[in-house]
Amino acid sequence: MIYKLGNNGIKLISELGELTLFALSSIKSFLPQNHRLEKIVRAIYEIGVRCVPITLIVGLFTGLVLGLQLFYVLTKFSSESLLGQAVALSIILEIGPVFTAIMIVGQAGSALSAEIGIQRNAEQIDALSTMKINPIGFLVSPRVLAALICFPILTAAFNIIGIWGGYLSGVAMLGVDSGAYWTRIFESVSGQNVADSMLKAFVFGFLTTLVCAFQGYYTHIKASVPGSRGVSETTTRAVVISSIVILAADFVLTSFLLVR
Amino acid sequence: MNSKKIEFTVGLFVLAGLLCILYLAVSIGGSRFFGGDARVIEARFSNIGGLNPGSNVMIAGVKIGSVQSISLDEQSLVAVVQMKLDSTNIEVYDDAIASIRTNGLIGDKYIAFDPGASGIELEEDEPIVDTESALDIESLISRFAFGDIGGGEE
Amino acid sequence: MSINKILQVRGMSKRFGDLVVLDNIDIDIPIGSHTTVIGKSGIGKSVLLKCMAGLLEPDAGIVEIDGKKGSFPHCSYMFQQNALFDSFNVFENIALPLRETQTLKREEIREKVEQIIEKLDLNSATYKYPAEISGGMKKRVALARALITNPEIILFDEPTTGLDPLRKYGVFDMISTYRKKFGFTVLMVSHDVPEVFEITDQIAWLEGGKIAFWGTPDELYADTPAPLKPFLNPKLETSL
Repeated sequence: MIYKLGNNGIKLISELGELTLFALSSIKSFLPQNHRLEKIVRAIYEIGVRCVPITLIVGLFTGLVLGLQLFYVLTKFSSESLLGQAVALSIILEIGPVFTAIMIVGQAGSALSAEIGIQRNAEQIDALSTMKINPIGFLVSPRVLAALICFPILTAAFNIIGIWGGYLSGVAMLGVDSGAYWTRIFESVSGQNVADSMLKAFVFGFLTTLVCAFQGYYTHIKASVPGSRGVSETTTRAVVISSIVILAADFVLTSFLLVR
Repeated sequence: MNSKKIEFTVGLFVLAGLLCILYLAVSIGGSRFFGGDARVIEARFSNIGGLNPGSNVMIAGVKIGSVQSISLDEQSLVAVVQMKLDSTNIEVYDDAIASIRTNGLIGDKYIAFDPGASGIELEEDEPIVDTESALDIESLISRFAFGDIGGGEE
Repeated sequence: MSINKILQVRGMSKRFGDLVVLDNIDIDIPIGSHTTVIGKSGIGKSVLLKCMAGLLEPDAGIVEIDGKKGSFPHCSYMFQQNALFDSFNVFENIALPLRETQTLKREEIREKVEQIIEKLDLNSATYKYPAEISGGMKKRVALARALITNPEIILFDEPTTGLDPLRKYGVFDMISTYRKKFGFTVLMVSHDVPEVFEITDQIAWLEGGKIAFWGTPDELYADTPAPLKPFLNPKLETSL
């Protein structure tokens, strides 16, 4: 039992080390290669453009639901006029970055992990090495960089459409004063809040993309059975670990940002 | 899909995204990137109870700025509040008054600012000393309970 | 180090756990030769090749290609399953090593790729994806991709796996024809005894982590080591 616990602890620490090295080499191997812009554009298309519909839909409904829920809570204190503030702050500070990140992991992160995993199994990654092409630079770095661009953009879109969703349910359906809704938002949300939201998205993008790529890249080692089963195993694990990482990082970031 | 089309959609995506971030930051976040000069005025309070950085500063009920920072002067043990006024056109005189008020009974604290009318302009680094501190509801209630109300110095 | 050896392996060992796969192996490959490594399945032939190509880290020993240690600029590798990129078409697959590792202009790359497509008779497939072409064609695309960087040596990992006898001969024919045409050195892992003897100059027989036999096919037939006999004539052995 103790042996097992210690063993798992050592495993966890060494996995963390591997991930860190993987991150370093993905940063290091971006510059020394050709056609960088083309690869980033391609990766932004996969991670960013394809995730626009789901981000907007989820953002809208999140805002709608928040508007409803918070309205009923706030009515109890007869402070419906605070609705705008409550919706905007909870979306910008927490829900926006976290939901967007989870959504992108579900759509793009899993795809990325599976694709790299299959490329590993089809020896395409080995083929890259024998062609003297750095596989991490070719497959991973552009995606990590694209994520750093896409996550904040999609989070911003989520925030805006979420606030409009709150407006729809709170103002248009439940009759909160439109002026109070917006004034409260403009008064309470500071530029700092928006910057924090973007910072969170940035960090989530970096971490989740790395985790997903890492799981796929080492599917032959990480999975209990290599092969198609293994790819499905590492893809699932990529999504699960990414989700945990998002929430854990959110906790850490929030506590830092609140202290400041 | 051919690469020209991908490039175009990606360009569109990034452009729209930047607009989104800009909208959030400027309109909703209220950052005044293009707001020009702002003026910072220092005011000293004996008690700021409940005022926060970011709280509003108002003249005649109109928001004209916000509280930038709050600190304690360790020698005189008074609270030093830096107020950022978004406009430099407001003339502030040396008899200006800053009072901490509450929005409703349990609402947010804000600073009601009266720029004064003495005709002598406030110096650049000169703090405002004529201030009214936060209304302390608890002491108010206790004074009321012990029958001290009415004999107060206010 | 003599000048006519293109590839040298000295003291290479590799073990997986307790299993010793390669045990202190020395190999010399002369320039322009065709060497075939034979041996039982799972004996470590692919491991040997991968250690040479730098895909696996040997536990001990050194590999020198063209007198250089560590980096092998003039070495290409052909995978059992071709390892073509399925999201790229044939043209893009062949152009990949040039696009990524050299600073050539678009037109220069196009010219080079078209030349090699012409030589390997792949014109009809230029803009098709790997999933849309036949197994033999995939092999040729993989060979084209290996050849595009003008390698001096190509390592083939079981190039005929999963092909029917006719295609098998086709692939062997392709390798020996293009070897003469382009003048590269071949090191190949194969199961196809005795077909492979027709095109190879030398045979290396890997058994128990050692090179148990090294010589030409004729030498092998003239003086077959006892344990290799069933390998050359399995029918005879099983009928006994």
